[in-house]
Amino acid sequence: MMSEAERCTVGDWVEIERVLLEPADRSTNLPDDTAAQPLLVWVKGFARADAAVGAELEVETMTGRVVAGRLTEVNPGYFHTFGKPAPELTHVGRDLRAQVVAYRAKAGE
Amino acid sequence: MAGRTEAILARKGEIMKRALGMDYAEFERSPIAFDYEGLMGAHGYSLQDIIGIQLAAGVGSTPLLELRNLTDLVRSYAGPGHGARIFVKDEAANMAGSFKDRRASVSIHVAKEKGYEGVIAATSGNYGAAVSSQAARAALKCIIVQEAFDSRHVGQPEIIEKSRICEAFGAEVVQLSVGPELFSHMLELLDETGYLAASLYSAFGVSGIETLGWELAQEMTAVTGAPPTHVVVTHAGGGNTTGTARGLKRAGATTEIVSASVDLSGLHMASDHDFNRKSFTTGHTGFGVPFATWPDRADVPRNAARALRYMDRYLTVSQGEVFYVTEAMAKLEGLERGPSGNTAMAAAMSLARDLPRDATVVVQETEYTGAGKHHWAQLNFARENGVEVRSGDPADNVPGKSIIIPERPEQIRAKDFDLGKMRRSYVRNALAHAPEGYVPTAEDIVFLAEDANTTPATVEEIIAGLKSA
Repeated sequence: MMSEAERCTVGDWVEIERVLLEPADRSTNLPDDTAAQPLLVWVKGFARADAAVGAELEVETMTGRVVAGRLTEVNPGYFHTFGKPAPELTHVGRDLRAQVVAYRAKAGE
Repeated sequence: MAGRTEAILARKGEIMKRALGMDYAEFERSPIAFDYEGLMGAHGYSLQDIIGIQLAAGVGSTPLLELRNLTDLVRSYAGPGHGARIFVKDEAANMAGSFKDRRASVSIHVAKEKGYEGVIAATSGNYGAAVSSQAARAALKCIIVQEAFDSRHVGQPEIIEKSRICEAFGAEVVQLSVGPELFSHMLELLDETGYLAASLYSAFGVSGIETLGWELAQEMTAVTGAPPTHVVVTHAGGGNTTGTARGLKRAGATTEIVSASVDLSGLHMASDHDFNRKSFTTGHTGFGVPFATWPDRADVPRNAARALRYMDRYLTVSQGEVFYVTEAMAKLEGLERGPSGNTAMAAAMSLARDLPRDATVVVQETEYTGAGKHHWAQLNFARENGVEVRSGDPADNVPGKSIIIPERPEQIRAKDFDLGKMRRSYVRNALAHAPEGYVPTAEDIVFLAEDANTTPATVEEIIAGLKSA
């Protein structure tokens, strides 16, 4: 069975990608690393047809615009997180609270 | 450049005139000077009108908090008799989590009044959340255009979070890879939709921030008997400094205005490679310096945000210092907030240390934090992108290569950016944007002096110096 991530059906919430400007068409005053890349755009919307990931597709966005591009993801989510505490910071709370307590004890002498 | 880009840029004036809801041409005085106060007042709203608009929009009246533990921490290592009282305006309490709600509320009010179907803003920051939230309340459509990813489709976690929150408020988010051509795409979208350009740099937006300076002057007077001696403002495009300072002036305050940015010198803002080596997406010198020294680089014909007019000092801090202060704020004050206000907070700790105890320092904003925006997320992302993170002396940091977390709070030392150098740079930019051979008039000199917060004599000296150089 094909996983749902590989195809969308009409009405699904999806993300599409397209090339807005090829490298040759980009602004002339860019750093070399940027100038070598195409300018890409990603838009999310409701699929206007069934399609496989990688295929051309039109979507209708939240504002009702119709935009065409290559299907990159079906039901795209967010996976940004907090991650592990930074070891360089874990002691900060303990140390600074102690420093304030010590200062107040001395100031109140 | 592509024919398509050229074609849309050629129609920029016509598209923006309709999209901005006003004609900037009537304020032009010469190839250099324009009527700034005329532009700021053209919307016809008084400060009280704007307070009313914001009250209806659920914006403003945020808590002013005294940070007693942080103040005592600074006093524990300040010299005798030193260590100013530190306060913060908890702007994260606004609906979309930052002071940007103030900015968005006025533009959205105008869009609704003038009958626009929707609004468009180009921003990868909190402003997108603010516009999306206000647009939702006003039942307007909303498009947010973001520089979000490098060419590998790897996004700054902070920006991904901004994409999420805009979409949570029902906005269409158009995400682009790195490059200044974002502006021409925004023009295409404005042309296609007929929406209002809710520019960060419009008079509507900047007027909306004046209430922040006004509010904090009243609140500080209620608590301490006087407006603050110093206000520290995180500075990027200039609106925060401009609006806050104007509000303080309206309240009759003579507060010293201290702008603060994270030092990201050496990183190219249009570089695909450098894009994900920044742990700060705004409030940094990559915007702060170019916008202060040439505000009219903005997406409007004349920028209402003119920070150099108002800043008395400009301090820079390092990324590691801001992360340390972010952790300290949570642990000492119970305020878990985002990097933007904490940039000013790091500068404020350094400033307060050098001021007498009866001085009062207000950090005029906080912003929300959460997944992606959190300092742990930023530090983990920096490590994943090859940036060295370690404990040590923050003075050793190299933007894009290393983030040095202070080992002790007394290592937090903001650096003064040379305002004289910024004024020279501003005057040079203003002359360079006038037609070749144009000789500044006496009126131009007065304008340049006001715009650079200096005297006409100093402007004349700078011009003479530029000619002989």
